[in-house]
Amino acid sequence: MISFVTRRLLASIPTLLAVLTLVFIIVRIVPGDPAMVILGDQATPEAAAALRARLGLDVPIWTQYFRFISAALTGDFGASMVTSRPILEEVAAVLPHTVDLTLAAMLVGVVVGVPVGIWAALHRNGVIDVAARLLSLIGLSFPVFVSGIFLLLAFALHWRIFPVIGSAELNDIPDRLYKLVLPALTLGLVMAAYITRVTRSAMLASLSEDYIRTARAKGVPWRRVVWVHGLRNASLPIVTVVGLYVGILIGNSVLTEIVFNRPGLGKVIVGALNQRDYTMLQGLMVIYCFIIVVVNLITDLLYGVLDPRVKQA
Amino acid sequence: MNSPLLEVRGLQKHFLQRRGFPWPKTTTIRAVEDISLTIQPGEAMGLVGESGCGKSTAARAMLRLIEPTAGTVRFKGENVLTARGEALKTMRRRMQIVFQDPYSSLNPRQTVGSALMEPMAVHNIATGPDARRRAAALLDEVGLPADALDRYPHEFSGGQRQRIGIARALTVEPELIVADEPVSALDVSVQAQVLLLLRELRERRGLAFLFVSHDLSVVRWFCDTVAVMYLGRIVEQGPVAEVLRAPLHPYANMLREASPEPDPSRRGILPRIIGEIPSAAAPPPGCAFHPRCGAGLAICSKIVPPLKALSDGRAVACHLYSPISGRPFSTTPAAISA
Amino acid sequence: MTPIRRALMRATSNPTTTAGAIITLLIVAAAVLAPFLAPYDPTEQDIIARLQGPSDEFLLGTDQFGRDILSRLMWGAQISLTVSLGAIAAAIVIGGVIGMVSGYIGGKFDLIVMQTMDVLLSFPSLILGLIVVALLGPDLINLVIAIALTAIAPFARIARAPTLVLKERAFVEAGHALGYSHTRIIFRHILPNILSELLVMGSLWMATAVRTEASLSFIGLGVKPPTPTWGGMTRDGFENILDAPWLAIFPGIAILLLVLGLNMVGDGLRDATDPKLRNE
Repeated sequence: MISFVTRRLLASIPTLLAVLTLVFIIVRIVPGDPAMVILGDQATPEAAAALRARLGLDVPIWTQYFRFISAALTGDFGASMVTSRPILEEVAAVLPHTVDLTLAAMLVGVVVGVPVGIWAALHRNGVIDVAARLLSLIGLSFPVFVSGIFLLLAFALHWRIFPVIGSAELNDIPDRLYKLVLPALTLGLVMAAYITRVTRSAMLASLSEDYIRTARAKGVPWRRVVWVHGLRNASLPIVTVVGLYVGILIGNSVLTEIVFNRPGLGKVIVGALNQRDYTMLQGLMVIYCFIIVVVNLITDLLYGVLDPRVKQA
Repeated sequence: MNSPLLEVRGLQKHFLQRRGFPWPKTTTIRAVEDISLTIQPGEAMGLVGESGCGKSTAARAMLRLIEPTAGTVRFKGENVLTARGEALKTMRRRMQIVFQDPYSSLNPRQTVGSALMEPMAVHNIATGPDARRRAAALLDEVGLPADALDRYPHEFSGGQRQRIGIARALTVEPELIVADEPVSALDVSVQAQVLLLLRELRERRGLAFLFVSHDLSVVRWFCDTVAVMYLGRIVEQGPVAEVLRAPLHPYANMLREASPEPDPSRRGILPRIIGEIPSAAAPPPGCAFHPRCGAGLAICSKIVPPLKALSDGRAVACHLYSPISGRPFSTTPAAISA
Repeated sequence: MTPIRRALMRATSNPTTTAGAIITLLIVAAAVLAPFLAPYDPTEQDIIARLQGPSDEFLLGTDQFGRDILSRLMWGAQISLTVSLGAIAAAIVIGGVIGMVSGYIGGKFDLIVMQTMDVLLSFPSLILGLIVVALLGPDLINLVIAIALTAIAPFARIARAPTLVLKERAFVEAGHALGYSHTRIIFRHILPNILSELLVMGSLWMATAVRTEASLSFIGLGVKPPTPTWGGMTRDGFENILDAPWLAIFPGIAILLLVLGLNMVGDGLRDATDPKLRNE
């Protein structure tokens, strides 16, 4: 197991480097001079030169790349051009809200999606299955800002069960959870739709395997067959989808934070976009890179736990 | 002796395989070790051996469908392996291939007509109505109706598809056809028809053939000469009638005994197959056949026997027939040409 | 092309697909016919008729500038459809070529290209689109570029997998033997065999592209006002949600319907072109 973890850790280093390189390229695809883009057309050449020097854009591209990668790998994400505060500090201030939202959404996604998917698979082509398929298709067609607004209209404005604004004091735990409900549902139900579909097809595939029939023939109770043998085999595709979904979750959380006016990474990135905070954007993308690599690593490790064959590969 | 059509010398194809994580090991698969053969214009040569002996790989390497590791291939004296661009394209026109699997050899999204006219356009042979007329004529020649032109491969049976594949090979008017197990994927009833068609085409068009097969009876019927391959090397070659009637090499003999015998008087000799073909990744030292050979001499596991030409146009690679083995053979070994 | 026709017949026999196709076609018709059918000019402001609810005069009400919502929705459909169609077309072409060439060449080249694609794939697509549009500036072309960029990797993957199988098929080898160029083999022999898969993926990714375009417009990175976009309209409505909830509801439903319609069509097409049935 230890060697498996080490191998996966080592294997994620090139991925991290590659994602960082992608960020470096994306930030530099701006046509023209970023300094002029930031300052506007009226900027004096001196001001532009000063800004270029401050951004480190006055050195050759390879030096820029080397500095960028080494800074990122040593945990130096830079500082905001606008507030001059370290980006890590800005991110740390809102991170608990983002973590709350993401984890709660994943919880909703798994708790709703997995049982519904299994249920649908067990009633293949029955009423429940057709309803689950239709609802999940609708669910994954919802842009989250639309479902967020609909939930807001219904539960916050019409029935007034939940608050309109989703931000809470971090140390007031009950309030924090209360205000999390609508945003987490918004984000989690779309995810539940994906998980339902994957669980359904993975269960259908798994339940048609020979060893499932053998287990039934041996007299293992059906409930146990489904939940222990069937689900264990279906868990790999589900984990894959949850891992892949984190990317969508990150994007969707930006929209959810806007709709529910919650603080979080998404709000920070939109703020940086509006203020043309070039260094902040770059730093945030580097942080996203680390999140992606960590999520991929966790998915890989879960694979190893769920399927012993993966460890030997 | 006329100048040969195809001349292959020392052909070799090794595949490298890298396996393992994080420190992969490289193994060399010696699919083709050392093949030399000569095909005269109009000659049909059979290339026989068990599956895995490298006969298909050798055939593909001669056509440069895969790049050989070493050796030379000359077509009418021109070097096939160094040709590039237009020269290679022209050479490809003169050597064609007919595949084993009629189901994968035709593009499922291309009509038969398009498959036949495309080579003509690529080689500036014909375009437009002229190409279509030629395509229809080719279909007729292989025994298919002209209305097949506008149909897709899935509308045809395996035997019909094989005929289409043969017609496609003929579009560029080749002089040599490599037939890679052309009938072994077909039903027995269809095999005979396709073989008859191939022989008819051979006679009418004066085509030379390299006929790759594991089926000795088919080779006996179709070919003039035969080369028996074992683990990447030719172990015996010569006129088909003699080689298959009285094989010299113990392996050729084993193959012959294992195949159905057309002569009833010779039946009764039980097929005797000892062991399996070893892995091309780790061939046995010396003569590759020695672990399966009944007549193992001490030298067999040490030195690879060279292919020695005998006086009657036959050649064999076996220590039993080599002077250094201490058992002189009645026929005087002649030097191999080239 | 019989296999495609057969797949279409199978797809249309499925009620979900048919319903999806009807929804999608109605929206396409509304977009195309907007200049003739829209009751009002979508950018014409009417201070007297601000924030009106649905009525006979304004079927879906008016916004904070008194502009007719229905007319704006019809014109906005043009933006949604143009951007997503353009982006997916670009992604199919670029991703398809990358995937086919990479799979065809194979070896180390393939390894590097596909790892690059995986990196692109792992980056959150909305964040990628967000940053690209923000850096390039929000206009129609840049939206197409940004959304295409988020969709190239999946198309490269979809194109590569069957290419790896097809390039080993004898008909490709026959092509080599007949002296065909690599370009000819890739585009005339491999492409036709993977085209239906690419197009099915395209219809599914159209749905994602519509959603991404709407999301970017909602964030404020869409085609600039006063041009109506569904995401931008939802944003306007969201800002007036207490006074005029329909302002956000109607464009939201429009986005949902188009995405749903495209997903239903894509799902049906995918089931109908199941690879198991395409092996003849």
